[in-house]
Amino acid sequence: MGLTKRKKIQSFLGLRFLGLCTLIVLAFIIIVLSDIAWKGAGALSWEFIFSIPRKGMTEGGIYPALAGTVLVTMITALFSIPVGVATAIYLNEYASDSVLTKALRASIRNLAGVPSIIYGLFGVALFVEGAGLGSSVISSGLTLGLMTLPYIITSTEEALRSVPHTYREGALALGATKWEAIQTTVLPSAVPGITTGAILGLSRAAGETAPILFTGVTFYLRFPPDSLNNEFMALPYHLYILSTQHHAIEQVRPLAYGTALVLILLVILLNVIAFFIRYRFNKLKSSR
Amino acid sequence: MKAVFALAGLFTIFVLLGILALLVTNGMKAFNHIPFSSFFNSSYWNPAALGEPSYGLWQLLWSSLMVTAGALVIAIPLGIGTAAYLSEVASARIRNVVKPIIEILAGIPSVAIGFIGIVLIGPAIADLFRLNNGFNALNGAILLAFMSLPTIISVSEDAMQAVPKSFREGSYALGGNKWITLTKVVLPASASGIIAACILGFGRAIGETMTVLMVTGNATAMPDSFFDPVRTLTATIAIELGEVPYDSPHYYALFVLGILLFLISLAVNFISEWVASRYRYKVS
Amino acid sequence: MLRFFIVSVVLALVVFESCFSGKTKYEAIRVRGSDSEVNLVQALAENYMDTHELVSVGVTGGGSGAGIAALINNKTDLANSSREISEEELYFAKKRNIDPYEIVFAMDALAVIVHADNPADSITLRDLGRLYSGKMGNWQEISGLNEAVILYGRQSSSGTYIFFREFVVKDEYDTSMIGMSGTAQIVEAIRKDKKGIGYVSSGYLDEKVLQNLKVLKIKANEHSPAYSPLEKTTIISGDYPITRPLLQYTNGRPTGTLLDFIRYQFSPEGAEIIESNGFYPVAPGELMAELKK
Repeated sequence: MGLTKRKKIQSFLGLRFLGLCTLIVLAFIIIVLSDIAWKGAGALSWEFIFSIPRKGMTEGGIYPALAGTVLVTMITALFSIPVGVATAIYLNEYASDSVLTKALRASIRNLAGVPSIIYGLFGVALFVEGAGLGSSVISSGLTLGLMTLPYIITSTEEALRSVPHTYREGALALGATKWEAIQTTVLPSAVPGITTGAILGLSRAAGETAPILFTGVTFYLRFPPDSLNNEFMALPYHLYILSTQHHAIEQVRPLAYGTALVLILLVILLNVIAFFIRYRFNKLKSSR
Repeated sequence: MKAVFALAGLFTIFVLLGILALLVTNGMKAFNHIPFSSFFNSSYWNPAALGEPSYGLWQLLWSSLMVTAGALVIAIPLGIGTAAYLSEVASARIRNVVKPIIEILAGIPSVAIGFIGIVLIGPAIADLFRLNNGFNALNGAILLAFMSLPTIISVSEDAMQAVPKSFREGSYALGGNKWITLTKVVLPASASGIIAACILGFGRAIGETMTVLMVTGNATAMPDSFFDPVRTLTATIAIELGEVPYDSPHYYALFVLGILLFLISLAVNFISEWVASRYRYKVS
Repeated sequence: MLRFFIVSVVLALVVFESCFSGKTKYEAIRVRGSDSEVNLVQALAENYMDTHELVSVGVTGGGSGAGIAALINNKTDLANSSREISEEELYFAKKRNIDPYEIVFAMDALAVIVHADNPADSITLRDLGRLYSGKMGNWQEISGLNEAVILYGRQSSSGTYIFFREFVVKDEYDTSMIGMSGTAQIVEAIRKDKKGIGYVSSGYLDEKVLQNLKVLKIKANEHSPAYSPLEKTTIISGDYPITRPLLQYTNGRPTGTLLDFIRYQFSPEGAEIIESNGFYPVAPGELMAELKK
């Protein structure tokens, strides 16, 4: 007994529907990316990337914004990666299955889902006001660092977890201390996963606007900050301003597209690097 | 060496507790000046009003829920459909091409999506429905849908992939084809995981700030339809945090909104965990 | 793998370091506030920095409310505001030992814009207020067309929002008003909306911007003539009813480089920039004494 005709038609349409869903999703992504690429490519040039905005930002480039984004992302990295990786190592390698550990894991998971504006709110209360750091690149960097911390911890834990227990056990059997075992067997295998997680976490931080809105970003600066206490320009905020608050919105539209393109290229670049690292790691793994 | 890492763990707990503590203490300070009930007995949030300031959060909450619900109506079918396609139908080659593209969507910054909402989606909506402008809840819902899609797709797909092969093979043995196997075996078995995915998508959408700030119009009226402008909880904080003197009632009131959002995201996490854990029991 | 890791970290640190060393320290002035004023002050800053290489003037918008809040929170040296500081803000300033010093550095007129196809030509202040407070929701009385009025405005952080409400609407804004983040967004929206009405600083309305737009003439009351903000004489003479001073606030009387920058705003070059941005220069007034030093 085979399938009834009705069931066959249902199946046919059903599977096509699934393909359609996927196509719609892909179509949206491609339309968005090509619109930005098409209209932004015209604005891209060496001058655009390396010169400062001029004439009320209707001309010139985005250098201070690019430099600002790079700078604040580096501060984010310096804060979130060491703390995040160390916490993950603790959780995965040392911590016992106690209530405290469960609570820690639960809080990390929850913090990963907290809206970015809440981090902004927190950043203002703690860093700008509370610690007296004022509106500065360090305040924004620390705020973004906090936001990225849960993500780094989670992805590092995953990388550590994917290292088979036998690795550790082998080292321990040979007389190594726990830390020696981790150093020599776990970490080297986990480094690609950790790096991938870090890069993706940072790419997210680089594109965020809400946490930096009130902790340090500014509309117009001639120079990138020369101390941690200065304010800074940033690509995502620059795009926001050019598309909503600028006085000559239509005139700067091409520049806005250019900024959007640079921002997306930056994100894609980081994603590609992470992908590449993961790919090479998988190859290495399967070739063992 | 263990001590070093334990210290890091301790530091993280400290940080996490600190965030909660700071939000709560600042929010509590609001109640020194503003009675708790006034957050609920008025619909409108207008702390900078000409006369008496009002702190009612219903319009904000309703706006947030509306845009999020709209987003899920779009994203859930698309997301589950795509996840099913990738998990059950697509060949490995197609999967290897499509999955990275969807990951790129996850990485596109929210400002850029908001930008597209202003320059592309907004005018399209305005033309299609003969509206005055594209600044409305529908625009926000569409953008939020695509922003939460990667979450819904990847978690759903993981759930479907985790269904043991034997389940599918049993169905084929009984004469089923791909579609029947999918609808009668895989989906029910992964239902909890899929529901968890949708809840996480909800959390992602309701917490989004920049996109809704840029495209939903930010009007203070209670919206009548999706073609009306709305103002979400997140956008309100983003608009007003810059204009409040620290230590003013308005400043603390924003923390109350922050606590509300924090509680919502806690609830989302909790519920999705609980739902997903029911699934783990079933299969093992 | 590890080598690659180490190399990239070292590289990152090198780039980091180069940001902070070697450059001569420059003096930073932070300016924050009104979106109506931000482009003007940014133009002034740009030109000032061309002749003062060691000064970095950072300008941000956010609205007059944001500027004053920043001054109170000690996050800015100069607050741009298109409205006067409020009693409440003065209270908080005092609480934090900030002494706001007011400077009027230009004049501005608020223009009321509608779509070019809107038949209306002029409107009284009272009707304008009735439109924005929601008491009148239809264009019938004003333009003859039986159409709903779509209100565009700013958000509460904007000085323009506050000023217009206090001076024209004299009541709470109707809740249907769409809160745009900036002047340009209002302009763009009205261009596409035949039923729309919006208020913007007249300084932005140059020929290019005026495409598809019409500026309504304003009558102070039923019997007075209607004046257009596009005719500069009406603003200077005071005939055009909706004018406002553009303000800046500092913490105490300004000194040093900050005073120098403010002085520049009152100079002939500064006046030229103010005019070319569509605003009206004023005399320094009380500051005369300071500037003469």
